[in-house]
Amino acid sequence: MSNTGRRALFIFFCATAASAQIQNQADDGQWTMASKNYAATRYSTLDQIDTGNAKNLKLAWTFSTGLTRGHEAAPLIVNNTMYIVTPFPNILYALDLTKPGAPMKWVYEPKPAPASQGVACCDVVNRGAAYYNGKIYYNTLDVQTVAVDAVTGKEAWRTKLGDINLGESMTMAPIVAKGKVIVGNSGGEFGVRGWMAGLDAATGKIAWRAYATGPDKDVLIGPNFKPFYQSERGPNLGVKTWAGDAWKIGGGTGWSWVSYDPDLDLIYYGTSNPGPWNSDMRPGDNKWTCTIFARRPETGEAIWAYQIFPHDEHDYDGVNENVLLDLNIKGQNRKVLAHPDRDGRVYIIDRTNGEVISAETYGYVNSTEYVDLKTGRIKVNDAKTTGFKTTRDICPAPPGTKDWQPSAFSPKTGLLYIPHNNLCFEMQGTQANFIAGTPYVGALVKMYAGPGGNRGEVTAWDPVQAKAVWKVKEELPAWSGAVVSAGDVMFYGTMDGWFKALDAHNGNLLWQYKVGSGIVAQPVIYKGPDGKEYVAVLSGVGGWAGAVVSGGINTVDGTAALGFTNAMSDLGKYTTKGGMLYVFSLP
Amino acid sequence: MCSRCLSLVLLAGPLFAAGPGTLRVCADPNNLPFSNERGEGFENRLAKLVADDMGSKLEFVWWGPRKGLVKNSLDEDRCDVLMDVPASLGSVSATTPYYRSTYVFVSRQDRHLHISSLNDERLAKWRIGIHIVGNDYAPPAWVLSRRGLSANVAGYSLFGAYGEQDPPARLIDAVVAGDVDVAIVWGPLAGYFAQHSKTPLEVTPVSPQNYLTVPFVFEMAMGVQKGNDRLLAALNQALQRRCADVQAVLHDYGVPLVPGGEGKQSCDASRLSPAALLH
Repeated sequence: MSNTGRRALFIFFCATAASAQIQNQADDGQWTMASKNYAATRYSTLDQIDTGNAKNLKLAWTFSTGLTRGHEAAPLIVNNTMYIVTPFPNILYALDLTKPGAPMKWVYEPKPAPASQGVACCDVVNRGAAYYNGKIYYNTLDVQTVAVDAVTGKEAWRTKLGDINLGESMTMAPIVAKGKVIVGNSGGEFGVRGWMAGLDAATGKIAWRAYATGPDKDVLIGPNFKPFYQSERGPNLGVKTWAGDAWKIGGGTGWSWVSYDPDLDLIYYGTSNPGPWNSDMRPGDNKWTCTIFARRPETGEAIWAYQIFPHDEHDYDGVNENVLLDLNIKGQNRKVLAHPDRDGRVYIIDRTNGEVISAETYGYVNSTEYVDLKTGRIKVNDAKTTGFKTTRDICPAPPGTKDWQPSAFSPKTGLLYIPHNNLCFEMQGTQANFIAGTPYVGALVKMYAGPGGNRGEVTAWDPVQAKAVWKVKEELPAWSGAVVSAGDVMFYGTMDGWFKALDAHNGNLLWQYKVGSGIVAQPVIYKGPDGKEYVAVLSGVGGWAGAVVSGGINTVDGTAALGFTNAMSDLGKYTTKGGMLYVFSLP
Repeated sequence: MCSRCLSLVLLAGPLFAAGPGTLRVCADPNNLPFSNERGEGFENRLAKLVADDMGSKLEFVWWGPRKGLVKNSLDEDRCDVLMDVPASLGSVSATTPYYRSTYVFVSRQDRHLHISSLNDERLAKWRIGIHIVGNDYAPPAWVLSRRGLSANVAGYSLFGAYGEQDPPARLIDAVVAGDVDVAIVWGPLAGYFAQHSKTPLEVTPVSPQNYLTVPFVFEMAMGVQKGNDRLLAALNQALQRRCADVQAVLHDYGVPLVPGGEGKQSCDASRLSPAALLH
């Protein structure tokens, strides 16, 4: 750690004397993994930009990626170099921050198979890279993990982890914990069996792979597996909670975030919804889909698991981020993870054992009633179930109250900043559809704005009191990540292209800047070689919500893009496509 | 949609010039009996028939059948026509249907199963192969789950592994290999592979045609981008004029045809259907 780093850490400790304690991790002003740190707080200790001067923020420089699909990645900043991973074809750019305008140092092109574009369910996005020990690690859409020398841009290794021919793809941002690159697959829509894997960071050799379905030996459940709730105990639940051998194609992919607690030596991640059948076809709890796992990073061994949503039928993946916090709740110091789920609840879970401490709603929810804290089981509202029937006004919609877009936590305010959606949907099993010449009956999914008429929202959540402190409405789904700083400024972007700075205390708008295309990426904060604080974000609308613009979907068909177009048919009026990095600083 | 918007779409949409020109048809490069790169599918042949009739040059645009087919083909203006879409597909403008087929049971003849009813008690004892259509509803999948037979189901991909020949046909291979006792498959696919199988296969239409409102019989048509009414009219006229030829092609490929139906068909399919059904 550098001197600057120690100083930052010291300031940081002083600042966190408040009720909420963040997991202690040094901050040297760099941004070495998508979620900023192992705890996934997306909190920067930099405080040059504050609530008083944020209004003076100016554009410092820009960089065009030359691509037009959804840009979801977080730039990395390591050793005065910025690294940007693009959507397909997953180009890695290295930009020299020591020179004016940050010219390109090198570019690395992994050349993923073009066919992988057809496999991606929801636009051909990539959520970013991780830096570790001189290398940049990231995934390509055609199911490979690559390691690239951070200085030279030369490929160190690449490992093929799956088969795009079978519908697998990769979009998530890895982390590197204890020398293992942790990566997971996407593609639950195509009959893929979900997994998370640990690769040796030096060689790319696959050290372990843990499936989300199937017998315990495949899920890496052994004698040390101690889930908190009774319903998670018993042998081979990954087989027994499925009909027949449906578990072999049961989904539960790991397409999103991984966090890590070095003290407990546990990684945490959530698995996606079950697939590929509709819910009628897969009776049972369908373990271990929609589940949070705690595993050892070196071996993948499962230590505990909590299934957030047994037998999911609303497409409520459990993949959202797990932000690791040390909180004082009801007089007790608890090591928790905060997980704002697709189902509309912020789960505060004891990360040592998987006990749910609270699970209150942060948006409008009618599909479920409550989570029973004694059994851990969610109570589904029977009037809002889906199936081969018409069900109206189900909230939240399949992208959930929040999809992949990651929240940020400030230890100074003690609040979790959650950019999210406000969408409901109706479902009718009537529409004819077809694949490869074969007709069938499609589920007609139409999404629309939830109560209030706004499709997005930013909520500041108190994880101790389990309630919202403030909310800001957004016309469109807030599909970008959040970042927050010690200057008490919280940043996020909107799909109509506004990059915004809010006062972290009250949500007041401090500053905004209109970028070229809608923002669906993860903003980051870093210290430049000149000692100044910078805020960077990729613009470039896309992703599931933005595919209506970036994919050129016919908006006459409200059920295209898995039902999202109906809710987003006017997006083309607000924004056009195109990937561009924007970097801001004070004058 | 208001009529003014519709007319705007018309003006902005790709206008097909009737008469000499090129008819671009999006088709799967590797999916018999529908189409392949070598032009061996019935969609290849029907497209040729129609293009010839319209005096147009035929150009195939090869596009695999993954998600977002309509979006990636017609809506991106990569082609003018998608062959073989359900006539009631909402995301395209469909021609009058030119055939009507049904899901069928496929089993090895040497098993002597003689199954035709979706309510057959024996299904509870069998392993049943069907195609996976994701969160949507494959008609047989829905019926089997209603009957509590989900555990008997073996799912096969409709996308399949691109490297292999005609990936959706793995389901028929499974019947031949004995991996499943019976498959419930869309008729044209089953009819064609039964015709070419070295192991004799039994193909019988499922009954009933509608199971508690879920249809097993579909009318199939060609699709154009919504609002491209000139091309739609030209295709309809060509289908009408070449009706007998269209039916002959379907017959060649062993497409099980189902007579009747409420929708208008481009010509009377019933004349040839008994032969095709008895095939």
